[in-house]
Amino acid sequence: MSELLSKPRFPHRHLLGIEGLSPIDINSLLDLAEDAVEVSRQIEKKRATLRGRTLINLFFEASTRTQSSFELAGKRLGADVMNMSVATSSVKKGETLIDTAMTLNAMRPDIIVVRHAQAGAVHLLAKMLDCGVVNAGDGAHEHPTQALLDALTIRRNKGSISGLIVAICGDILHSRVARSNIILLAALGARVRVIGPSTLLPNGIERMGVEVFRDMRKGLEGADIVMMLRLQRERMSGGFVPSSKEYFRFFGLDKEKLSLAKPDALVMHPGPMNRGVEIDSAVADGPQSLIREQVEMGVAVRMAVLEALAQHLPNS
Amino acid sequence: MATNAGTSIFSPSIAHQPLALVNARLIDPERATETKGGILVADGLILDFGPQITPASLPPHAQIIDCGGDIVAPGLIDMRAFLGEPGAEHRETIASATAAAAAGGITTILARPDTTPPVDEAAVVDFLLRRARDTGRVRVLPAAALTKGLQGLEIAEIGLLQQAGAIAFSDGAHSVRNAQVMRRALSYASDFDALVIHYAEDKDLAAGGVMNEGEFASRLGLAGIPREAEAIILDRDMRLVNLTGARYHAALITTSLSVDIIKKAKAAGLPVTCATSINHLTLNENDIGDYRTFLKLAPPLRQEDERRALVAALAEGVIDIIVSDHNPQDVETKRLPFAEAEDGAIGLETMLSAGLRLVTSGELSLFRLLHALSTKPAEILGLPQGHLVKGAPADLIRLDPDEPYIVEKAKLLSRSKNTPFENARMEGCVKLTMAGGKIVHNLG
Repeated sequence: MSELLSKPRFPHRHLLGIEGLSPIDINSLLDLAEDAVEVSRQIEKKRATLRGRTLINLFFEASTRTQSSFELAGKRLGADVMNMSVATSSVKKGETLIDTAMTLNAMRPDIIVVRHAQAGAVHLLAKMLDCGVVNAGDGAHEHPTQALLDALTIRRNKGSISGLIVAICGDILHSRVARSNIILLAALGARVRVIGPSTLLPNGIERMGVEVFRDMRKGLEGADIVMMLRLQRERMSGGFVPSSKEYFRFFGLDKEKLSLAKPDALVMHPGPMNRGVEIDSAVADGPQSLIREQVEMGVAVRMAVLEALAQHLPNS
Repeated sequence: MATNAGTSIFSPSIAHQPLALVNARLIDPERATETKGGILVADGLILDFGPQITPASLPPHAQIIDCGGDIVAPGLIDMRAFLGEPGAEHRETIASATAAAAAGGITTILARPDTTPPVDEAAVVDFLLRRARDTGRVRVLPAAALTKGLQGLEIAEIGLLQQAGAIAFSDGAHSVRNAQVMRRALSYASDFDALVIHYAEDKDLAAGGVMNEGEFASRLGLAGIPREAEAIILDRDMRLVNLTGARYHAALITTSLSVDIIKKAKAAGLPVTCATSINHLTLNENDIGDYRTFLKLAPPLRQEDERRALVAALAEGVIDIIVSDHNPQDVETKRLPFAEAEDGAIGLETMLSAGLRLVTSGELSLFRLLHALSTKPAEILGLPQGHLVKGAPADLIRLDPDEPYIVEKAKLLSRSKNTPFENARMEGCVKLTMAGGKIVHNLG
């Protein structure tokens, strides 16, 4: 680990979002993650960086892959990991959330990973806690480790992010993944496009430095990376789009639409996928898909984030 | 059910013999010009027209019709009519409605989608297109539902319906109550550059009402519907159009309040158009008289001041077009106490004659009347017909504007006979109707 510690010190106590990170911060996290990939590919995957430390996964919203990814990342770094899943309904009001924070604080954790259905809830907790806080997704606001793992995946496959055309497609309106990715990719010099029906595009999105397309075919032209987003079932029956059938016709990624992107374009999806709604199986499992690699990079990026925050823990 | 397969304008055995209407007053509603001359038609299109088209100038094999100085103008386009199919064939069929339309000079009808089942699936659009092809005497274009099941809750499959052939989206006689749903429907429709046609009525405010609110309703002891029921939703819609940029057409406005709202929206540059019905332009609430249910309409007939305001707004162009609001109802649903009777009147056959009353009374120019009945609706729907230009589809009418007749129920071609103009004296008779170059109505 001495070589990791020799790298530039990560200047933040928490990772609450991509917003506020400099390109240097982002790249240093990605460099750390490259090392973590190597660690994870060894037979002996355990490091001692967080030995004796306590990591709490505090998930107010159900999650399988993000929570297990953080759990594994913490364990591979030697931390004691506790998973807390809190029923969303019982912790909706600010007071209760703060009470929860104070209770946890008293248990003296070193890092808390938080997911919450409300945008800004993780920031509120961070103000109340003495330990490091990682945002594992707050409402439709940010999901920074997802954007970092996406960036790592792109960087490893394309060499660099600068100058790439990245098309983010689907439910931009409700997506924290989209917001974090837009900020990160733009910071590293990519040209970001968002593609979706007007009903799934947030007001003022064009002022976030992206090109907006309502016609997927046009938006995919010349793209290097096609990043699909999940469309939640309750949103595809007339509330925001008429039906999954119609959505797939116009915004589902199939081979024919993918052929409009560059021939070497790569396909990503944060998961879990709705096959036949936003993505066709032939594409999801095809040669251009990076979807499984993204999951592997997820663990590495989360190890990197935990390591970076550990630099700020007392007595380290 | 009788079919008129032989009379379909889309039948493959279309005559290739050129046909000329000569000795006519050619009216171009778009340029507001009138020319004495003739018009030459071949292969379903207008080949040429003008003073040079005379019997002497024509090839020997051409069929020639002498119009005897009658008007020849583009065929009419009706953007609001209920055609019965599918589900209400006892009230009307595409065959009977298009026969009535042909007799009234209408060559294109936009069919209301609030049928049974509603036109909210591509398969129903396909059904309508095939029925129109096989049994229609004039062109029938399908409008599709804006929301699933016309329920006003979930957006219909606008993209798939458009690909199937729907040319506009509307919930027919239903008004979308929920502003969030309406906002998303408009927003989604705008992605497809789809035209949204909306009937503006606040269901809660109009609840229980059966005629226009006011003194006359109070005297009759009938519950009223205030003008505001229309204005509130229309005003909301204008704000949502401003928010979403969708193309919006108000299906049927009937009050001066609505005229002001549309006027303001147009001045602000919103992509908005609107229609009023021939009934609201030529009748008022007093015509209800002694509880005549054939004059029970939705929206209700208004006061004479309102009627005059509508005519003025039409002349000025604030109101873009006139619709028949053809709504056939069988006898059983009209032979009831006023409040229990169904809304609606037929209108395909009498729309033009009734409109000519406004020309005769000096309230409207003949050019503007024909413009609001042909060129303007074509423009709103993006259709090539409705224009007197070379190469346009030969959808034409021959009209004697002075010939008097009396509206006789028994002679009406619609399957239902609920005309508000029963036994009325009319002037102006459509002598010939041509759709796609084929004569579909001819009084000889």
